[in-house]
Amino acid sequence: RKQIDAEELRKYKGVFVWAELENGKPRKVVLELLGKGRELADQLGQELSAVIIAAETNFDPADLGNYGADRVILCQHKFLDTYSTEGYTQALSAVIASEMPSVVLYGATPHGRDLAPRVAARLRLGLTADCTRLSIDDDGQLVQTRPAFGGNIMASIITPHTRPQTATVRPNVFPALEPDPSRLAEVVEFPLTMSRAAIRTRLVQSENLDADDQVGIADARIIVSGGRGMGKAANLEMLKTLADQLGGTTAGSRIIVEQGWIPHTHQVGQSGTTVGPQLYIAAGISGAVQHLVGMSASKTVIAINKDPEAPILNVADLGIVGDALEIIPILNQMIEDDRNKNS
Amino acid sequence: MKKIVVCVKQVPEVTDVQVDPTTGTLLREGVQSILNPFCEYALDHAARIKQADADIEVIAICMGPPQAEDALRRCLELGADRAILLTDRKFAGADTWATAYTLAEVIRQLIPDFTLILAGKQAIDGDTAQVGPEIAEILGLPQITYGTNVNLTADGRRVQVKREAEHGIEVLDAALPALVTITKGETQRRAPSLDAVIDAHRKNIEIITAGDLSLDEEKLGLKGSYTQVVKVFPPPTKKDSRVLKDLEPAEAAREIFSFLKENHFLENNRSGAK
Ligand SMILES: Cc1cc2nc3c(=O)[nH]c(=O)nc-3n(C[C@H](O)[C@H](O)[C@@H](O)COP(=O)(O)OP(=O)(O)OC[C@H]3O[C@@H](n4cnc5c(N)ncnc54)[C@H](O)[C@@H]3O)c2cc1C
Ligand SMILES: Cc1cc2nc3c(=O)[nH]c(=O)nc-3n(C[C@H](O)[C@H](O)[C@H](O)COP(=O)(O)OP(=O)(O)OC[C@H]3O[C@@H](n4cnc5c(N)ncnc54)[C@H](O)[C@@H]3O)c2cc1C
Repeated sequence: RKQIDAEELRKYKGVFVWAELENGKPRKVVLELLGKGRELADQLGQELSAVIIAAETNFDPADLGNYGADRVILCQHKFLDTYSTEGYTQALSAVIASEMPSVVLYGATPHGRDLAPRVAARLRLGLTADCTRLSIDDDGQLVQTRPAFGGNIMASIITPHTRPQTATVRPNVFPALEPDPSRLAEVVEFPLTMSRAAIRTRLVQSENLDADDQVGIADARIIVSGGRGMGKAANLEMLKTLADQLGGTTAGSRIIVEQGWIPHTHQVGQSGTTVGPQLYIAAGISGAVQHLVGMSASKTVIAINKDPEAPILNVADLGIVGDALEIIPILNQMIEDDRNKNS
Repeated sequence: MKKIVVCVKQVPEVTDVQVDPTTGTLLREGVQSILNPFCEYALDHAARIKQADADIEVIAICMGPPQAEDALRRCLELGADRAILLTDRKFAGADTWATAYTLAEVIRQLIPDFTLILAGKQAIDGDTAQVGPEIAEILGLPQITYGTNVNLTADGRRVQVKREAEHGIEVLDAALPALVTITKGETQRRAPSLDAVIDAHRKNIEIITAGDLSLDEEKLGLKGSYTQVVKVFPPPTKKDSRVLKDLEPAEAAREIFSFLKENHFLENNRSGAK
């Protein structure tokens, strides 16, 4: 193991956030990480930087200052137009090696979980996965807390011998700061030379499966989710109506993805997406651990299940023992009547 | 002969694992060990590729305690030709980096002419999904994560992978040798045939210890690990839930409606939605 002594460790300064972009703009989790990163940087008395890797941006990078960044490191190259493991690993590893931060945070998104271990192995760094809590201990070390064993246990992890300390962090766990438009970040460019040949994977085909009128579930504010208890695909229509009325997105358990009732992009859970909406409505979902671990960050949970013993009821703010197929159509009618009355 | 290496981990049936709240240790007593489901899917893909091409050898590799033989036995039943168990106290306590280093070195030294490495998307105990990409980096390979279908091209020089992307499905293509991690997709777990089970019991599981290879001992197990687990504890217990039983459907709907209203979820609803 590479090991550096205490004096050497102290040379590494600053908190970095990988600012993952989607359609040229920072994702929601980036703003959340900047909020948390600000707190960590203040505790350490160091700077907070966002690292953008892209061919182009559709926003003013200095605006990341609104969310807490002191500095934005802009690493642009035409070969970085779409995400590739090798292109992005090369770029981010170069930035980290040259800037020597003490902490690097990534969103635990599909790309974040693809990129972070690659960079960690290249630079020989520890990496903690899927953190839900981060703090600084008395020795100035980052304490990284994460669920493991499908959410059955929590573990706190430190990285004592190497810097930077690196972690992926679950989306929807930390709040973003209230944006302060008067606060702008200093933008510095990081020059990069790259060759096309360094990227050995090619995209042959891609197909978007998300419904046009709904946001992806990772960023949804309200989620109406169905399980096997919905009986058949056609019954999901009532969940769609409820989601539409609430301005939300539909999702479901792995079972209904396997049945082909919804695409995998809408699967909540350990082998699907981790969500953290303001409101999660679970209809006909039993609440297996692998499902719960994907929705436990939800602020409010309503569950409808026929079985009074269903584990989902234990994590619900409001649990209803009853038949979702009977209850939801009546609920939809009530909401519609209420809206008509008020308009 | 083309060689497909499948990295497999033995894991506890996680739904049964809990933490003793006073001692903070994992309660694993009586918990069954299984082949990690995502590794099983990976092995299934290798076996399927082999069925279509007799010139392929499937080699399962597992690092773990001696009883991890059971997981490898299952790999042999599902179609692996060879099974290698890396077992040594020196490997114990490895984090993802030390695990990836050990597996990568073993592959480099024992199967230097591999064509493809498959790994599970993640192990259901550690849950990090890091070992696959870290092996790829150490061996300098292109990687494709979240694969649901894997095919070698006819010329045997590239691999095509259907994968689950965040918003849909992608097909990526990489030059071989490469590493692919496998998620569930449409694979169903299957029971091996009786013949396959009998065959598997005739096969030998190769045991490798740290001394059988040339390894940098400073990079193995707990000693080689960069991360340290300092504490494990049970997840925070959930808030008090209000569970209502024996309501008529209309009463139940009324309760939910009132709850939505009180918590201001009916204020920004999409007016004009269908
Ligand atoms: C509670 C807890 C939390 C932990 N958190 C972290 C952490 O945040 N960071 C960290 O670096 N380590 C962590 N570890 C250590 C880590 O879990 C493992 O010990 C490491 O060996 C494998 O990581 P994983 O289980 O996450 O595997 P994953 O990376 O999720 O496994 C992916 C794939 O890699 C292959 N693979 C993994 N392990 C083996 C193996 N032993 N033999 C053959 N193939 C294998 C399989 O194909 C598997 O499907 C943690 C351990 C515990 C107990
Ligand atoms: C490695 C691994 C990874 C996994 N990853 C995931 C994952 O990411 N996401 C996931 O969801 N699962 C995952 N699973 C599967 C998980 O263990 C469960 O099997 C799954 O979540 C169950 O889905 P369900 O709740 O829809 O179905 P069931 O468990 O069958 O539950 C159906 C529920 O509906 C209720 N019900 C029936 N009729 C009605 C009605 N009319 N009204 C109201 N309630 C009714 C029943 O009482 C029951 O509780 C994973 C499993 C493994 C092994």
